[in-house]
Amino acid sequence: MIDTGTWKVKAGLAQMLKGGVIMDVVTPEQARIAEDAGACAVMALERVPADIRAAGGVARMADPSVILAIMEAVSIPVMAKCRIGHFVEAQVLEALGVDFIDESEVLTPADESHHIWKHDFKVPFVCGCRDLGEALRRIAEGAAMIRTKGEAGTGNIVEAVRHMRAVQDGIRRLQALPVDELTAEAKNLGAPLELVLEVHRTGKLPVVNFAAGGIATPADAALMMQLGADGVFVGSGIFKSSNPEARAKAIVKATTHFKDPAIIAEVSKGIGLPMPGIDIKTIPPQELLASRGW
Amino acid sequence: MKIGVLALQGAVSEHIKSFAALGIEAAPVRLPSQVNGLSALVLPGGESTTISRLMKDFALVEEVRRLAQQGFPIFGTCAGLILLAKKVVGLEMDTVGVLNIAVRRNAYGRQVDSFEADLTVDVLGATPFRGIFIRAPIIEAVGEGVKVLCRLDGVPVAVQQGRILACSFHPELTEDIRFHKYFVDLIVKG
Repeated sequence: MIDTGTWKVKAGLAQMLKGGVIMDVVTPEQARIAEDAGACAVMALERVPADIRAAGGVARMADPSVILAIMEAVSIPVMAKCRIGHFVEAQVLEALGVDFIDESEVLTPADESHHIWKHDFKVPFVCGCRDLGEALRRIAEGAAMIRTKGEAGTGNIVEAVRHMRAVQDGIRRLQALPVDELTAEAKNLGAPLELVLEVHRTGKLPVVNFAAGGIATPADAALMMQLGADGVFVGSGIFKSSNPEARAKAIVKATTHFKDPAIIAEVSKGIGLPMPGIDIKTIPPQELLASRGW
Repeated sequence: MKIGVLALQGAVSEHIKSFAALGIEAAPVRLPSQVNGLSALVLPGGESTTISRLMKDFALVEEVRRLAQQGFPIFGTCAGLILLAKKVVGLEMDTVGVLNIAVRRNAYGRQVDSFEADLTVDVLGATPFRGIFIRAPIIEAVGEGVKVLCRLDGVPVAVQQGRILACSFHPELTEDIRFHKYFVDLIVKG
């Protein structure tokens, strides 16, 4: 008896990505550069977040021909983004055969009240979060992997740090609470009690948690790993830098050796200029991506 | 006894947890110097191209090959099996190249084709073992000195060659620790 699309198989792929770097790419050539540098997966897009931010307007799922060309170009897993709540874009991505769907705040939300019911799909989903409650709501809907949101397309790590610390603080708090206070805490978090009890018991999220949104240097990647990330997404940070090949390789090595400052120092040498960054305080509130979704 | 788990990328903590359930200490290995004092090494599941590149960059391809040639016990799962194989069909890739098999990556299909199946593994007893296959490789050919421990639809999915054990699925993703116990009792201690 062969069973496909099971929870073990979906959450299991995320477990296989741990310790790795998932890179945003917009062409087959970029996808090959990412694979050659040691990316454990690529995110196939029409535009990286920095360009989506600059372009404004409505950002949607990529043209299927772009995604298919990237799937053709590499042998590592290929992810693609759909809009929050746009379950038909997700159905299309599943039909294309992508390996993972990112229900992403980087695209313009299609539904401001409801995220996709992800249990209905055979393909696994990753979703963004800013704190433990948001992470557990997405897991309850069927997300097989979580990533902290950060603020995509800024090259500024500050929001990624804020969100990772919030998740870890939430976990530590649940561990410390006596069991008879967990129902109230589940209410405060807006998260299902069963998942709250599980985190209380195990001291970790039920699925893999990567960091995303603002990682631009090898030290940024290692910082997120030391803060407890299982791996990192790098969006604009590679292909908006002056030497994508060298930077991609350096970020991969720094993610593996995140506890070894001598190696991080060595790989950070002579890799060109990082992407230009944006101070979050200069972004008008309505243009912040992390506040999309709930 | 202390077992090393190659920790360049992939499902490392899952193997450490499986050995802990057997009461055995396991520790991550990221550099050749960290192999000293270990009784065995695990090459875990993960992305084989990523692990291969990092092994090459940090001089671990030669180190693991040297260990394997000296009869050091090694257990590879999924990506780990690919990294041990003498031949990877259709792709240029640096592998340790000590396990006499030819393997094709992602040969069952993409992620939507990943699956679970009950496996009959004679060396583990009559109870089926739940095999979790994620973008799994297919063993296309088995050479001299390789014993097939388990097949699925006629295709080998678990093999042993001397003190090297390898499977194309993920025992580390289940609570069933019989494969880890077999490795420890019959290969590391044996």
